[in-house]
Amino acid sequence: MPAPLLEMRQIVKTFGSLRANDHVDFEVQSGEIHALLGENGAGKTTLMNVLYGLYQPDGGEIYWKGEKITLHSPRDAIRHRIGMIHQHLMLVPNFTVLENILVGLPSPKEPFLPIQETLTRLEDFAAQYGLPIDPTLKVKQLPLGLQQRVEILKALFRGADLLILDEPTAVLSPLEVEEFFAVLKNLVGKGVSIIFISHKLDEVLRISDRITVLRQGKRIGTIETRQATQPILAEMMVGRAVALDHSFPKGGAAQPILELKGVSLTRPKVGRVLKEITLTLHSGEILGIAGIDGNGQEELADVVCGLIPYSAGQMFIEGRSILNPTPRKMKAAGLGYVPADRQRVGLVKNFSIAHNLVLKSFDAPPFNAYGFLREKVVRLNAQQIIAEFDIRAADLLQPVGELSGGNQQKVILGRELKLAQRLLVAVHPTRGLDVGATESVRQFLHAQKQKGIGILLISADLDELLAMSDRIAVLFRGEILGVVPGEAASLPAISRMMLGERLEATA
Amino acid sequence: MEEVVWLTFLVSLLAAGVRLATPLLFAALGGITNELAGVLNIGLEGMMIAGTFGAYIGALLSGSEWGGALGGMLAGGLLGLLFAYLSITWRGDQVVLGTGLNIFALGLTSFFFRSMYKAGISQFVPSFQAWNVPLLSDIPLIGQIFFRQVPLVYLAYMLIPIATFLLYKTTWGLKLRCCGEHPRAAETVGVNVVKTRYLALCLSGMLAGLGGTFLSLGQISAFTEGLVSGRGFIALAAIIFGRWKPLNVALACLLFGVADALQLRLQGFGLPIRYEFLLMFPYLLTLVTFIIFVNRGDSPAGLGKPYPEK
Repeated sequence: MPAPLLEMRQIVKTFGSLRANDHVDFEVQSGEIHALLGENGAGKTTLMNVLYGLYQPDGGEIYWKGEKITLHSPRDAIRHRIGMIHQHLMLVPNFTVLENILVGLPSPKEPFLPIQETLTRLEDFAAQYGLPIDPTLKVKQLPLGLQQRVEILKALFRGADLLILDEPTAVLSPLEVEEFFAVLKNLVGKGVSIIFISHKLDEVLRISDRITVLRQGKRIGTIETRQATQPILAEMMVGRAVALDHSFPKGGAAQPILELKGVSLTRPKVGRVLKEITLTLHSGEILGIAGIDGNGQEELADVVCGLIPYSAGQMFIEGRSILNPTPRKMKAAGLGYVPADRQRVGLVKNFSIAHNLVLKSFDAPPFNAYGFLREKVVRLNAQQIIAEFDIRAADLLQPVGELSGGNQQKVILGRELKLAQRLLVAVHPTRGLDVGATESVRQFLHAQKQKGIGILLISADLDELLAMSDRIAVLFRGEILGVVPGEAASLPAISRMMLGERLEATA
Repeated sequence: MEEVVWLTFLVSLLAAGVRLATPLLFAALGGITNELAGVLNIGLEGMMIAGTFGAYIGALLSGSEWGGALGGMLAGGLLGLLFAYLSITWRGDQVVLGTGLNIFALGLTSFFFRSMYKAGISQFVPSFQAWNVPLLSDIPLIGQIFFRQVPLVYLAYMLIPIATFLLYKTTWGLKLRCCGEHPRAAETVGVNVVKTRYLALCLSGMLAGLGGTFLSLGQISAFTEGLVSGRGFIALAAIIFGRWKPLNVALACLLFGVADALQLRLQGFGLPIRYEFLLMFPYLLTLVTFIIFVNRGDSPAGLGKPYPEK
């Protein structure tokens, strides 16, 4: 085997008491796409930030093209022709594409900006790599897929023999992912080597030549992609066998818990976002709501939770009509809510875990006595929930904002499942979570169902809906186009309804 | 006859407006620089105050008004450096620091001044004298308004295209503006954000100091307390009014300058309004500007946020 393009040896990086990288070895061969796989918080981004000069390692050595190098800042990395595309794009929305590419580049005619020269070079690049773009547009006018293209051009302009891509597909739609993969293949063909960071197994298997797996800051191993399978990778990532595509037992629905009859919602300027929704959710049932984002799913959740008053129709819980629902009324009726945006809606990031856990119940016994918060009881409650839901935190007074996404979601579940005496509304409950956390969230939801709670599960992840739901209703432009059984056989029908085809299925 | 009187009035009003706009413009150009780099500098006022006193001391020691200008820039620049140290290195809240800086400059200059002159009256020092630009000053009206001023005014004219060029047309300006919009992105392309912001604040302090110089050596030839009286804040309003573009900001400064000149003249007209109300006019205009323009949403996205983030 030829000498590797890049070799990182025994890299150690510590933040406070956390060892983000624990003697990690990592190497990249020239001309390969090397995937760096691991759960959120496994240390992938830290390792790459060390390679890009953003972090100084506490130990270890980096060899680049056979020579030992030290990277004090991104400037050094750029000088060695290492480029990085960050998970959160490093573009100035108010600048034009051209300005974003030019910033920080030395000019052949300082102090003037080399505008004409750059435009010419940009055209060459566009043709050579298949990356056309209009350089005069402002970045904020571009869709995310094109913004990412600007980032790639930015890196190529600085000269890149190695391109680090940190979770590049997280911001892309399925169609854009296809285009993006074609671009990557093209880049490799032109002699660029690529490090592809991801926690999505299927993508890694499709695009990479080799895969290195990190877990809790340690390198677990490197394997050829040809020899890898999803279960092997998942086990390396999580440290135990993981049930992927795990389908939960179906059935068990009993009497109706939540009934919507002709519920509509009209919004000023937007028009009708919900059109005569009629749905029944039974106890012990998971009713999935499918649909392309923005077809009324989040409005439906808000209406059921009493956050938005609906314009017409009726809502019943266990047969009793609920007039003018408010969040407080719905809570009293036994509803729990896992909102789509856990950081902004679900949690107060600066509050402790303990306080977040009583956000909806601090005003009544046992947490409250004569208007005073009973901190002892609040903490006892937190201790129990942290143990029960396996929330990984330094201690129960740690601000929730410091936790990983999966643990934040567990805090919300810990709070809402206690409130969900009759029904639970969960919106995108596993969005952005890694395999391990996703699995445990689904387990918690399923356990609720078995206790007889009715769950309205709104998700953009069709696999998730099919694995968990007893029935699936499809929303299209605020309308339910049909309800089908939650099984794989329903997939074609669901896909058609998601695009607006009406189906008179019975379920 | 009537027309001639009006014309004379208008010319003298505008000439005075240009003169009164000059210190605002110096400070505002400084403010644009630090704001585009991402630092909110409420301390512009304090830097001007330091400039008025620094210029006075400079002129006193060197016996020359240009020595005074140097002193003014030095004093303002030092405050800029102090502000940079506290806000960038120590990540202090920029609004609180700026306010503190204003009070600090006011107190410090008064302290030095009063320890120097027990009677509270300063001696006269060399000051800038009007200098008519050859040819240009002979143009009717235009010449009288723009080209029969003190040299610092001409310097201010020149700074408008220079600032536009540096901030918007050079590699340095692009880097600086990137620090103000998205400092982390600047860092990832190899820009030293901390250094850039330090430099921007020092430049800003020097320019504001030059504005202060104009107040003590361009209009009078001495130092008194309260020379600046809010002009730093008016400059801040002009920056927002002019949307961070030097030429537009200069026009905004001119507007405030003319407003100030107008109220001074109206005081002499014997109108049945108490002069205190007329005095309020430029400040009222500032307030209205803030209310209308402050939330337009095109200010530098990283403005006022310390970097690196925690």
